[in-house]
Amino acid sequence: MRFTPHMKARAFGALLAAAMTSTALTGAFAQEDTIKVGILHSLSGTMAISETTLKDAMLMLIEEQNKKGGLLGKKLEAVVVDPASDWPLFAEKARELIEKDKVSAVFGCWTSVSRKSVLPVFKELDNILFYPVQYEGEESERNVFYTGAAPNQQAIPAVDYLMENEGVERWVLEGTDYVYPRTTNKILEAYLKSKGVAAEDIIVNYTPFGFSDWQTEVSSIKKFGSAGKKTAVVSTINGDANVPFYKELANQGIKAEDIPVVAFSVGEEELAGIDTKPLVGHLAAWNYFQSVDVPTNAEFIKTWRAYTKNDKRVTNDPMEASFIGFNMWLKAVEKAGTTEQDKVIDAMVGVSVPNLSGGYSTMMPNHHITKPVLIGEIQDDGQFDIVSQTPGLIVGDEWSDYLPDSKDLIADWRAPMSCGNFNTATGKCGGKGE
Amino acid sequence: MQAGVRGFQCTPASFKLVTSMTIRTAILTLCLLLQAAFAQAQTDLRSSVDALGQGKFADVEAAITVLAKTGDPKAVPVLEALAAGDLYTRKSDARVFMTRAAGDDVILIDPITGVEDATAPKASVQKIRVNNTVRRAVRTALGGLTLLSPERQTRLAAAQSVLMAPSGEVLDLVETALATEKDADVRRVMEEARAASLLKSDRSTDEKKQAIETIRQRGDRDALGILSSALGSVDETLRPDVERAIAGIEERQALWNAGQNVWYGISLGSVLLLAAIGLAVTFGVMGIINMAHGEMVMLGAYTTFVVQDVIRTRYPDMFEWSLAIALPLAFLFTAFIGLVIERGVIRFLYGRPLETLLATWGLSLILQQAVRSLFGPTNREVGNPTWMSGAFELGGLTITWNRLWIVVFSLSVFLALLAVLKRSSFGLQMRAVTQNRRMASSMGIRTPYVDAATFALGSGIAGMAGVALSQIDNVSPNLGQSYIIDSFMVVVFGGVGNLWGTLVGAFSLGILNKFLEPYAGAVLGKIFVLVLIILFIQKRPRGLFALKGRAVDA
Repeated sequence: MRFTPHMKARAFGALLAAAMTSTALTGAFAQEDTIKVGILHSLSGTMAISETTLKDAMLMLIEEQNKKGGLLGKKLEAVVVDPASDWPLFAEKARELIEKDKVSAVFGCWTSVSRKSVLPVFKELDNILFYPVQYEGEESERNVFYTGAAPNQQAIPAVDYLMENEGVERWVLEGTDYVYPRTTNKILEAYLKSKGVAAEDIIVNYTPFGFSDWQTEVSSIKKFGSAGKKTAVVSTINGDANVPFYKELANQGIKAEDIPVVAFSVGEEELAGIDTKPLVGHLAAWNYFQSVDVPTNAEFIKTWRAYTKNDKRVTNDPMEASFIGFNMWLKAVEKAGTTEQDKVIDAMVGVSVPNLSGGYSTMMPNHHITKPVLIGEIQDDGQFDIVSQTPGLIVGDEWSDYLPDSKDLIADWRAPMSCGNFNTATGKCGGKGE
Repeated sequence: MQAGVRGFQCTPASFKLVTSMTIRTAILTLCLLLQAAFAQAQTDLRSSVDALGQGKFADVEAAITVLAKTGDPKAVPVLEALAAGDLYTRKSDARVFMTRAAGDDVILIDPITGVEDATAPKASVQKIRVNNTVRRAVRTALGGLTLLSPERQTRLAAAQSVLMAPSGEVLDLVETALATEKDADVRRVMEEARAASLLKSDRSTDEKKQAIETIRQRGDRDALGILSSALGSVDETLRPDVERAIAGIEERQALWNAGQNVWYGISLGSVLLLAAIGLAVTFGVMGIINMAHGEMVMLGAYTTFVVQDVIRTRYPDMFEWSLAIALPLAFLFTAFIGLVIERGVIRFLYGRPLETLLATWGLSLILQQAVRSLFGPTNREVGNPTWMSGAFELGGLTITWNRLWIVVFSLSVFLALLAVLKRSSFGLQMRAVTQNRRMASSMGIRTPYVDAATFALGSGIAGMAGVALSQIDNVSPNLGQSYIIDSFMVVVFGGVGNLWGTLVGAFSLGILNKFLEPYAGAVLGKIFVLVLIILFIQKRPRGLFALKGRAVDA
């Protein structure tokens, strides 16, 4: 990314690359009976715990679409590969999907590092990636569509809720040590300070991946919380570290009524591994919960359970993001009348499809989507009870307004701007993210 | 409390009732007036209960406060049901009910009288939603309402919830309760609750000074919280007292903190010991670089899951015993897998450490993926029996039960293993074979048999560790990976081939880690520990307790 000088040059380069490889691609223009869709989610290794579900969800969506007659009169065909939670392997597998299998679009990745690893491949081979997970923002690429939440669609509304409804004045920002929690916490810290929270009322703490001995951290949260001011924990703890964290909270007797924990990476899937009775009242912020009570969601859950042949199988937010991304791609392909990537990318902006929380999500020019933000409290059955919902839809803000080096940047992939990091102060395309 | 009920005798509604019966005698009127007042009190409670089902969370909160003000013990079950999410509003008339499922319908139950009302379809009622603010309000309200309960536990809980949410309004209530309270423990908490509430009231400065002293004596983090929040609200003259009390508590806390850190260290050490102890046998005693050791731990944890799953579906009463049942099963199962691995793979690779490393690494991947295919990639829920949940206070220390039991368990496994090695003939043979294979063989020991049994023993112990670790960690296919590095670290640091070294190594690494963590953070703390171990191994390549003599080179 650092070496690409200009966006137009980049698009031209991509076209050139496409032209050069097209000799090898002649088969692609011949009569084909299926449209291939790549699925790039880890099915083994540490991330399999989260990503396998998304692979299944994508297969279900493709199967359902084929039942409805496919796309442009052709059947869809899923090509599943396993990048095995290995970041360089993500890039290799992405190349394999695009060059060898000639897929029309790829749905995949979970961690930011895997997304960063495949980016050059998608730019070079000019294909489309749909990324379905909440992330730290600070990115907007022509070949990527971000259907998960940006920080302003998850973290900031959650903090607002705690401030307004629970009167929280002291904040513990607890996260796993990698790019998403670090960036999100940087944004949150700046946001909280802009709301008048004093520096001594915020502590930030990081722990390694898969951390399991939470005794010291939980006890220091308790200590921080006994300063006579209402305290809350904002958790960006990822993956496996959550179960021991919540177990330790429960065992040390931290109740949600006293010190609530709001998490951005804990959904229905993660709660399936814990007894949630001692955790009732702790919160999570997402754009979708399984408990959303609308007909489209009920239908989705029913299809999902029938597909997995498990009537207890839960749904979660990244699944909804995959659902939205897939439907947006279908609609854009129909609008463009072709699966040719350049035309689909142009057709995507402005496409609007139903989401699973009862409204519509629209693809914005910055390749992020509009979503409602829901705050849910954990219930004793492992589901969330929605206690707050933003009245309208929120547009994903790729460049945070609360970080000094990104507040002047905007992204707009429509012609004539066609830029992912336009600096409104200098009036030039380029800067951060190059 | 009674004022609310009495006040309703004079409401326009009751007068209208009386005036409409002009022909009746004065006595009858009076009688009716009393009746009406009684009915009014009932409908008053009813309407307060119905108010719970209306509006936003803030309105519900207000309704709870109104309900608490009635002081009516009948409100207690209503509030309890509300907090548990068992209260519903009937959509047609906005009346509030409890419900009991009956097929597709629900039976409506009057929350005040407990009498069953009509049956209604599920769609005709709507659950009253609660959030933390509502739950907190319920807790405070219940605290005030149950201070005079005949149950000791309820009174204690009530006093504690008043302590957590003190206010000037409950002060009278607490004092009434204190006047009749006999139980020493409950009295103490009530005294503290009274003191905390007193600080929020407009009582005299002298009384407040005493209250500060009472809270100071409590001396824990809750006390610190109460005093810190009082700091902002008390008047100027009291501020030095509060500050002095806070400083006193903090000083005492600092001392206890050191003790708490030692405990955390011991507890982390016991987890490290558990994870490493099986490896101390396979790597330490036999010299096999066993990368599949973590997967043995994982298989032990999954055994616990299967046992609990069977118990949940077939014998739910036995749940408390699930771990005791899982322990021997996990040992046998992983020992068997270990036996198969030794006979099938490792025995061909003795004396070729690099090939052993690669082969066991491959095995670990195979086992992980096998479990992933069989049980799915997501976490499996392993429950904690009640005796492993919660915590207790020991002076200023908070000790969680699950950690305590794991410390006890790891030490007993260690001692049992030591006994097997030192006191049994199998242990003797094992030591003989590992120290001088050819000599042992010529003495008539069947060395291949001993090798297989030793590897099975090490794997079995790892399986038992998995049962314990399932109580504090995720049960997922990745469980083993997170312990393999730590295990090798402990064994190498402690001295290969020496069980006591493993023990001392585990606990010293645990305590060192936990003392570094508060200052350096978890990430840097771990890095420091690793750097220290590297430096230490440079100085003493054979670890803390190196085996001496010719055996080492054999």
